[in-house]
Amino acid sequence: MQQDEISLLVGGEAGQGINAAGFLLAKSFFRGGLHVFGSIDYPSLIRGGHNFYTLRAAGYPVYSHWDTINLVIALDALTMKRHHKHVSKDGGYIYDSDRIPADHHDIPTDKKFLCPIPLKTLQKEIGGTPVIRNVIALGATLAVLDYDVTILEVILRENFQRKGDKVVEMNHRAVRAGYDYAKKNFSNEFTYQIKAISKTKQNRILIPGSEAIAVGAMAAGCKFYSAYPMTPSSGVLHFFFAQGEQFGIVTHQPESEIAAINMVIGAAHAGTRAMTGTSGGGFCLMTEAFSMAGMTETPLVVMLGQRTGPSTGLPTYTGQSDLLFAIHASHGEFPRILLAPGDVQESFDLTIDAFNLAEQFQLPVIILTDKHLLESHYTNDTFKLDNVPIDRGKLLPMTPYKGEKPYLRHRYTDDGISPRLIPGTPNALVHTDSAVHKESGFQGDHCEIAERQANKRYQKMPTLMKTLSKRDTVKIHGPHDAKTSIVSWGSPKGAILEALRILHKEHQSINFTQILYIEPFPVSEVEKAFQGKRLILVENNQTGQLGSLIQQYTDYKINYRILRYDGRPFDPGDLTDRIREALK
Amino acid sequence: MQKPTVENLDTLEPNTWCKGCGNFGLLRALKATLAELEVPKEQYFLVTGIGCHGKLYNYVDVNGFHGIHGRTLPLATGVKLTNHELTVICAAGDGDQYDEGLGHLPHAARRNIDIKLFTHDNKVYGLTTGQTAPTAIQGYRSKTTLHGAPSPRLEPLKIALASNASFVARGWVGDLEHLKGLMKAAIQHRGFALLDIFQVCFTFNREQTFQFYRDRVYKLEDEGHDSSDLHQAWTRAQEWGDRIPIGLFYQENRPIYRDSLPQLKKEALIKQPLAPKGLEKLLKEFM
Repeated sequence: MQQDEISLLVGGEAGQGINAAGFLLAKSFFRGGLHVFGSIDYPSLIRGGHNFYTLRAAGYPVYSHWDTINLVIALDALTMKRHHKHVSKDGGYIYDSDRIPADHHDIPTDKKFLCPIPLKTLQKEIGGTPVIRNVIALGATLAVLDYDVTILEVILRENFQRKGDKVVEMNHRAVRAGYDYAKKNFSNEFTYQIKAISKTKQNRILIPGSEAIAVGAMAAGCKFYSAYPMTPSSGVLHFFFAQGEQFGIVTHQPESEIAAINMVIGAAHAGTRAMTGTSGGGFCLMTEAFSMAGMTETPLVVMLGQRTGPSTGLPTYTGQSDLLFAIHASHGEFPRILLAPGDVQESFDLTIDAFNLAEQFQLPVIILTDKHLLESHYTNDTFKLDNVPIDRGKLLPMTPYKGEKPYLRHRYTDDGISPRLIPGTPNALVHTDSAVHKESGFQGDHCEIAERQANKRYQKMPTLMKTLSKRDTVKIHGPHDAKTSIVSWGSPKGAILEALRILHKEHQSINFTQILYIEPFPVSEVEKAFQGKRLILVENNQTGQLGSLIQQYTDYKINYRILRYDGRPFDPGDLTDRIREALK
Repeated sequence: MQKPTVENLDTLEPNTWCKGCGNFGLLRALKATLAELEVPKEQYFLVTGIGCHGKLYNYVDVNGFHGIHGRTLPLATGVKLTNHELTVICAAGDGDQYDEGLGHLPHAARRNIDIKLFTHDNKVYGLTTGQTAPTAIQGYRSKTTLHGAPSPRLEPLKIALASNASFVARGWVGDLEHLKGLMKAAIQHRGFALLDIFQVCFTFNREQTFQFYRDRVYKLEDEGHDSSDLHQAWTRAQEWGDRIPIGLFYQENRPIYRDSLPQLKKEALIKQPLAPKGLEKLLKEFM
């Protein structure tokens, strides 16, 4: 039966190519003109364990995966066992019958659609190695769904072209082997079938948050990226390494997060746009230097990709428990900006803004993301790369200095922002100091200097607030006059938008207030959004950290909280149920 | 651009080092060195850490960054990779570089980042009032090693040699001409240079005094040392006791880190336009 939406899950052990298979499938639907959301779930290990890729494809925009699955592609028995409770009544399984015999206790007996495919046998028939089995399974999947298999063949050609025709040929044989076997044995048996809408390339991209941030940074003119590997931030690092060189960008893997942030501060001080990325533990190590960026008024951009804490936590799982930490990170008092994108478009846009704000106001900016946003594949219109705004604030050109003499790096000005000179500019010298310093940048510990420089740093706030008031610091999704508003930030956006879609069909009067610019806190925008509404807080953490900020800065206290802190992102189905409960 | 002279390298900042501090000699040698080289003032970049040495930043009028404890090397690396036309010098203390920031030393050395590290090695923490430094000689007594430092001293030259540093030298503030020569050679060396400088903390270390060094140091060049020979360098670096060598232990010419970066072949990063052209092709692969 033709469906306009489907959820699938590809599961198996690490090393079986689960992520690759899931992504190939996602890309096949995407290329067929469908909207796709794909999400990978994997433990912190390289071989064994249980990995799965969940994807949802539909003829209309999809913002999240769903836990409810229509078709499971199981490369091992554990996948069948683990996900059985999530398979829809009319759902089914494609599984490796060479690995999971017909009498295996994990094969469900509740009349689900079953499609056993002898992956090992087929792999041997086509003369392939075991790594090709996932591709055979994909062929079978497309047959069962009656989806155009040539789309996958084109994608495989693109992916493996550089490895040579033989590899492409083998992949094509694998797809066909799976496809033909399933067509022959299980043709038109499955409830869920889905059709490609269009085979011509849309002006759309299928992209994870990591790459959206990296492309945004590159478009903003980031010329230096230094980061120590740490899940889930490493995707940005890998992309910079893979793509940066051709665009004249220096990417560096240093000996520690401490080295990374100090290098980036050095690079930014030396006049280029520079960025680092890390996760909670790494950011802990960075905090001393983060404070130095505040003190020396260096434009610093840090991408903080949250994972489940505390401590090592769940290294490969998601969470939103670092909001208050990021806002308060480091010793001393200094202004900073924190931006929290909720999808890939916002990741791209806010990254660009992060660089502009950092230079305009000469302070550190945090882009706060998480594993779910960074590693999930989103369907989005392609990013606009022409006319990307680049505003370097009071940065002076490198031509011989002709300004007020002597040049003073930390000169007092009306708005607290000093003209910024690039070291190496003729006829002037640049001095800056992590210790309390005078306008000149040389150390000065007199109480008057300490107070005046502290005031200078906060003197930027009125101009900053004015600038931010022109940004979409807060977005309202849904009718502005709704009776209830869901309040959240960051990656739960996707699940909330899905829930909203269902609740609106049920004629609930509800909208979603998304806070994107969290520090400095957009007090009046938030209060305006909340006025007269019943509020429900949704966060991927245990203590409702945004709720604490709201209570701190506004007259509102949100008592109804929907929190999830098991390392997993919100499931729209479950979230909808919990919101319905709240609305009772 | 201004050519540096000993006079114009002076800042008008009040000097707060103790009377008799070995840093004064080091400062004098540094200024004399910079004045003798053909680099304009605007092309120097001095990074210092935290400790008495860190105040050097206030007393030398070139571009400067007084960073946080132990992190001169990564900060300087970021500066150098952004604008490799700058001559980047780090000054660090023994506590600063060899305790807090030790982890950065082997990496800067093996990468052969083209920056110069001058360490103020007086074997005691000065600005925190006299605790034992990692380079303190075993048995050294201080408020943190009341019964004498129990462990052997950390040996920075051996660490540098073991990390494939391309320039390893030791000077001392009792012979400023000699020290100046080493500073000059370090700055002119293409690659990472460690120059460990015996310096005297008159206030807190009454053991490693001027006299202590005067009685012991000898110059490698006076004894026919071959600084291109790693084995000789290692053997000399082991020497400690009645005779302590100073001078250039080891130097080799090998590619610097920047040589591995084609994006910096033509010009410094800072001279390149910010937003690159042709980014559209990045998005193609996501279509």
